[in-house]
Amino acid sequence: MMLSQLTIHEAHRLLKTKQLSSVELTKASLERIRQVEPKVRALVTITDELALKQAQKADELIASGDINPLTGIPMVIKDNMCTKGIPTTCSSKMLENFVPPYNATVVEKLNDCGVVMVGKANMDEFAMGSSNEHSAFFPTHNPWDLSRVPGGSSGGSATAVAAGEAIYALGSDTGGSIRQPAGFCSVTGLKPTYGRVSRYGLVAFASSLDQIGPLTQDVADCALVLNAIAGYDGRDSTSVPEPTPDYTQCLTTDLNGLRIGIPKEYFVEGMQTEVAVAIRAAIGKLEELGARVEWEVSLPHTPYALAAYYIIAPSEASANLARYDGVKYGFSYQDTKNMWEALEKTRQYGFGDEVKRRIMLGTYALSAGYYDAWYLKAQKVRTLIRQEFDQAFTQFDALVTPTSPTVPFKIGEKIDDPLQMYLSDVCTLPINIAGLPGISIPAGFANGLPIGMQIIGKPFSEETILKIAHAYQQATDWHKRRPNI
Amino acid sequence: MKLSREEVLHIALLARLGLTDAEVDKLREQLSNILENFEILQQVDTSGIPPTAQSIPLQNVVKDDEVTPSLPSNEILANAPRKDGEYFRVKAVLE
Repeated sequence: MMLSQLTIHEAHRLLKTKQLSSVELTKASLERIRQVEPKVRALVTITDELALKQAQKADELIASGDINPLTGIPMVIKDNMCTKGIPTTCSSKMLENFVPPYNATVVEKLNDCGVVMVGKANMDEFAMGSSNEHSAFFPTHNPWDLSRVPGGSSGGSATAVAAGEAIYALGSDTGGSIRQPAGFCSVTGLKPTYGRVSRYGLVAFASSLDQIGPLTQDVADCALVLNAIAGYDGRDSTSVPEPTPDYTQCLTTDLNGLRIGIPKEYFVEGMQTEVAVAIRAAIGKLEELGARVEWEVSLPHTPYALAAYYIIAPSEASANLARYDGVKYGFSYQDTKNMWEALEKTRQYGFGDEVKRRIMLGTYALSAGYYDAWYLKAQKVRTLIRQEFDQAFTQFDALVTPTSPTVPFKIGEKIDDPLQMYLSDVCTLPINIAGLPGISIPAGFANGLPIGMQIIGKPFSEETILKIAHAYQQATDWHKRRPNI
Repeated sequence: MKLSREEVLHIALLARLGLTDAEVDKLREQLSNILENFEILQQVDTSGIPPTAQSIPLQNVVKDDEVTPSLPSNEILANAPRKDGEYFRVKAVLE
């Protein structure tokens, strides 16, 4: 096994007992990046100089006895989280040359742990997409099959972890952007409860839905990263002043007494048979581990979630992306006579097709005469979806579904059909609408292509879903398989 | 329901988004198709249901009005496409 494919907890043990230095580990990660990056294109920026400096500093910390579980461990950060002095592009031409003057709260928290950042991860432009094909720079390739997409929008983060370029990654999830690529790349990806992790310094897409979370090789690692990034932050007024437990304490393997519901609407029309079969088998495993499974739960408003999401998220995006005016930062088209023309041309040439499509859709849904019929209607449907989840959680501790209706699709297959692309998020986006925590874990393969299982919890019950996911990983070894590249 | 060219151009103006003729045609097709599929929302009975803008129970979050240091203006202006001393420079608003 390569050093850069160690888990966080394995690497930590070796660092702590001085069998391995952070510099050695970081060099292994950078060497792996040199090997596989030309094939997978997971990174927008490789920060090798910074990484080696951070690794030396980590080794000094470790030598002085100052070590915590993330100290000295190489990782990557999705390129929509601000890193002071290091370009943060959102994989957009609009921010190609943007260098943030400050760090996102999550970056600050990780830096305080003495981490090593080896790069910034490629993504769908402004996190809008499900395949990483909407990156303005280059698409990322799935390490399990280079002709296929890694999912999106945190496709670079998921690929970097799956391909062993980094030991873990941070992603962001607005409608499935951590969980769907985690499923497609066979890694573990957690979207925490809305408000659990500070969004300060995360470039805004849809502010009522966005949430930052970890992509890791197993659930134990996921708990370690969540421990480091969770918690109230006065700079994000939507971060919630709830206590954050030590998430490693819930990682037991006994599921006795846990009640798990299977919402039948998530086994949608058009779902690949292999996916449904694998997920039913995985749920059977949870039953063997002691969980009480109810197979026929109904969440009848599920079929409306996709439409509600794709009205609400673009509406919020159209407002958030109004800030890109070519004046304060970012791409600026100068060759015009007046301000209005400069503004329109800056946005015409700075944004890619999917971003333009969503700005248009959102602007339409918010415009005079259409606001009530589209935006307000979608917000009311949002209420019904949330109420339905609240009701289900009076009977169940968690709900389990497939992460995505299909295995990874071919690059180019859905790029000209936005609606087909949107359907890739059909199982993940209701969870953002309701603000719930959800985790995707590896649950099998079909013809060598990964299948992910999603576990959904009630608000602030990350411990419950981590526990179920951990118990499953202790009984299976899907998460230990690595792509052969 | 199909959006007209004029409607597409009107939305683009509201969004201050320049579009080529080809983009206008393509977006007209795609947005019409998307909205047609989303009409499914109108089937949901939402009478008496309040809208949800966000999913957490926090309301009216306030904090003490304390003075804290701001970033130095030269660091903020470092990303400006055009600047003039301590100011962002913009094109003429009025002809």
